[in-house]
Amino acid sequence: MFAAAVLSILVALVLVVFRALKGPTLFDRVLAGNSIGTLAILLLAAVGFLTGRPEWLDIGITYGLLNLISTLAILKFFRHGDLAHDGEEKTP
Amino acid sequence: MEALINIVLLTLLAVITVGIMFQRNLFAVVVLAGIYSFLMASVLIVLDAVDVAMTEASVGAGVSTVVLLGTLHLVRTIEYPSKRSALIPMLVAVATGAALVWGTIGLSPFGTADNAIHKHVAPKYLADSVKETLVPNVVTSTLADYRGYDTLGETTVIFTAGIGVLLLLKGRRRRGHIADEDSKVGRTA
Repeated sequence: MFAAAVLSILVALVLVVFRALKGPTLFDRVLAGNSIGTLAILLLAAVGFLTGRPEWLDIGITYGLLNLISTLAILKFFRHGDLAHDGEEKTP
Repeated sequence: MEALINIVLLTLLAVITVGIMFQRNLFAVVVLAGIYSFLMASVLIVLDAVDVAMTEASVGAGVSTVVLLGTLHLVRTIEYPSKRSALIPMLVAVATGAALVWGTIGLSPFGTADNAIHKHVAPKYLADSVKETLVPNVVTSTLADYRGYDTLGETTVIFTAGIGVLLLLKGRRRRGHIADEDSKVGRTA
């Protein structure tokens, strides 16, 4: 059961890495990076249950937060060209 | 099963590394480096080093993505091809890699319980740490008590590095206005 889950996560990882490398636009890569973070959390959970240590689920929460931070940083940089931007749009 | 996961993850790591080498858009390189860190964290989890995986994910995927983006703010996002030949760096890298692989030949088999490292002081720590240090967590008591001087040295190194970075940033801020104007003109949309 968990072995099947791990296998399917690995297949999904291969597909997403292919998209991250090939991705015509930057947003494909950003989305692929975010998906790989999610898949890493899933892999963590599935391997944890597979090896009989479901306590690893707590670490998945931290991974989720980190994934959010890096994706937000990339998108903010792409939108404003600056990480220290206050986020308000300038009206021309 | 574990071997299969390792094979897939390590192959993906190699593929990502080659992709980073051939990628000229530095923005994409930052994203790919974040992906590399998440995959490496997954490898470390499969290897049972959950704490190291946590550090790899937070430093590699979280902090260094932000730091690299901050660097991209100062430079352009397209890497120009180098004029010099890559032959000598390639040879050095291959030779170093071959030496490292050669170095693993003499090691004892991976993951066996009767390796020398598990026989030296680890049984004593496991048996006596609670009695001697009154700390319920063996990892904490080993790091902060038995290897206290070692940890003190590491903290000193990190503290020194932090002071160095602060000094560099402070020197930059003093003539910061000119640099800001330059980057606004030089940056491409």
